[in-house]
Amino acid sequence: MSDAVLRDFCKWLAATPLSEMIQTTGWIIPALQTIHILGVAVLFSSAIVLDLRIWRLLQRDVPVAEVARRFIPVMWPVLLILLITGSLLIIGEPRRSLLNTTFYLKMALLAVALTLTGALQWWLSSAPEAADKDWERDRGRRIAGRLAATVSILVWCGILFAGRWIAYTQVG
Amino acid sequence: MPHFADLIAYVEHSALADNIRENDVLFPLIESVHVLAICLVVGSILAVDLRLLGLASVHRPVSRVTHGILPLTWCAFVVAVGSGGLLFISNATKYLGNGYFIAKIFLIGAAGLNMMIFHGISAKDLPRWENGPRLPFPARLAGGLSILLWVAVVACGRWIGFTMQAG
Repeated sequence: MSDAVLRDFCKWLAATPLSEMIQTTGWIIPALQTIHILGVAVLFSSAIVLDLRIWRLLQRDVPVAEVARRFIPVMWPVLLILLITGSLLIIGEPRRSLLNTTFYLKMALLAVALTLTGALQWWLSSAPEAADKDWERDRGRRIAGRLAATVSILVWCGILFAGRWIAYTQVG
Repeated sequence: MPHFADLIAYVEHSALADNIRENDVLFPLIESVHVLAICLVVGSILAVDLRLLGLASVHRPVSRVTHGILPLTWCAFVVAVGSGGLLFISNATKYLGNGYFIAKIFLIGAAGLNMMIFHGISAKDLPRWENGPRLPFPARLAGGLSILLWVAVVACGRWIGFTMQAG
């Protein structure tokens, strides 16, 4: 999409009744941001607990597969809440995100994080017996798991940093 | 409290505070670390609170849930306090004049008090009841209060950002 089209879209979006309501009611944006951050807290913490378990830094008394089964399923409904509050925040201030490179960086990182999470969940559900065997015993799997966990930690931290940085990189 | 005011003026005019206030990257960087740490504190403690309420991990004893989660919560809390302290000294006077900041500090204190009451009093006979899905009322109350208090902490934190710009 060309820059001009995107700018026109932002202008159109900002003129919709919903956007005007969000803009003129002072408490809506901080309230949406609060819900959004609480959702991020749940997603981020779930991912980090799982990643730290893969690194054997937390919950060593529980198999990886069980930690994953306990934390991953809550991530998808919470993601829906994040998509809704995030969309409303964009509708309220379209230029803040849609004309901001940091926002697209955040979305790209989110795609990576969700792919990792989805792949792990798919793998656990498609091969539950293999998954239940402690993967510490298989060297290749252990290395792959720790690599994925490290990427996941870095990408999630990147998402949170980018999210905060949107406020500092918006165009005029 | 003249001594307190002197102390605030002193930290606010320290070289460190000047740097954080005037550097374009330092403040957002510390703020990002602060948000990241708060997210971990709130998200991880929620797992414990939901167990206390009987809404998650109901087949695991409470002590195993807390041992598996709280080390992460404490590490994140230390980072949150450290980064929050740096943000505070950069504009100490303005933060102290902000109602949401004061509320946030008191709410964190209340969350700590809630936790101390739970661990010190309510959880005295923990081994007797920690295995069941439905826990005694004081334990459920502690879990519910904790969720409410931490949600309020996050809300105040966000509202500080919207009420600090002016002036």
